[in-house]
Amino acid sequence: MQGPGIGWYVIVAAILFGTGALGVMLRRSPLIVLLSLELMLNAANLTLIAFARQQGSLDGQIFALAVMAVAAAEVAIGLGLIVAMARRGVALDVDQAQALKG
Amino acid sequence: MGDFLVWVVWFLAAGGCLATGVAVVSLTNPFYSALALIGNLAALAVFYLLLSAEFLAAAQVLVYAGSVMVMFLFVVAYLGGRADAPWAGGPPLLRLAAIVAAAALLVEVVVVLGLAWGDDLRGAAEITDTFGSPGSIGELFLTDHLLAFEITSIVLLVAAVGGVVLGTTPEKKDEEAG
Repeated sequence: MQGPGIGWYVIVAAILFGTGALGVMLRRSPLIVLLSLELMLNAANLTLIAFARQQGSLDGQIFALAVMAVAAAEVAIGLGLIVAMARRGVALDVDQAQALKG
Repeated sequence: MGDFLVWVVWFLAAGGCLATGVAVVSLTNPFYSALALIGNLAALAVFYLLLSAEFLAAAQVLVYAGSVMVMFLFVVAYLGGRADAPWAGGPPLLRLAAIVAAAALLVEVVVVLGLAWGDDLRGAAEITDTFGSPGSIGELFLTDHLLAFEITSIVLLVAAVGGVVLGTTPEKKDEEAG
């Protein structure tokens, strides 16, 4: 395998995951929280694919593909929730959405 | 020479990946944040190509950057000014705790990596040309991972139905409140 070893990819993935986790915990806008979640999922995907390459097994790539499908589903539901919040006049702030009622 | 070029491409992708990642988290306008995430996905697709995951790189750009992010940008445009996300964090203690928690996560991974560094993380298996090609992925999906494939389709169906349910018009009294 040419270029950097698997460890380098995993380090980038770790930093990316930390950034995403920071965004999820720090930001109040549900839109940004959703985007930061995507960052975390993608960091996990990068590790899966890196180790799939190291092991020479395609199972990791299949797993990554499943994660992508779940992420797509998550975005669809998350955006649906955000739009529903906005239409009901709830402020787009994860701290203010405290009750699970319309 | 080829090895050097791979390193250059790797560093460009890593720089783009981390810079756009920070941009996603720090920008106050979700529209720009989403655009930064598209850049992040593109940089990750470069990584996937370097890791011989051709099909996943293509799927990443087509499915993620192509359709999921367009859906996201649609919603940001629909929300307009309400979508703005100024840096109004919670209580200072909460912010500090968030930074500490994220740093702890990072340190954890770095320590584990440091322990495993060496031959474990340097070597890579010998692979054939078809590794990561659509053909080999599809073959695995329809043989060993058929159940996962079918369950994925059900998950997507449930998400689609959920999106429709969430998107239906709210009751009258709620509309007045909004």
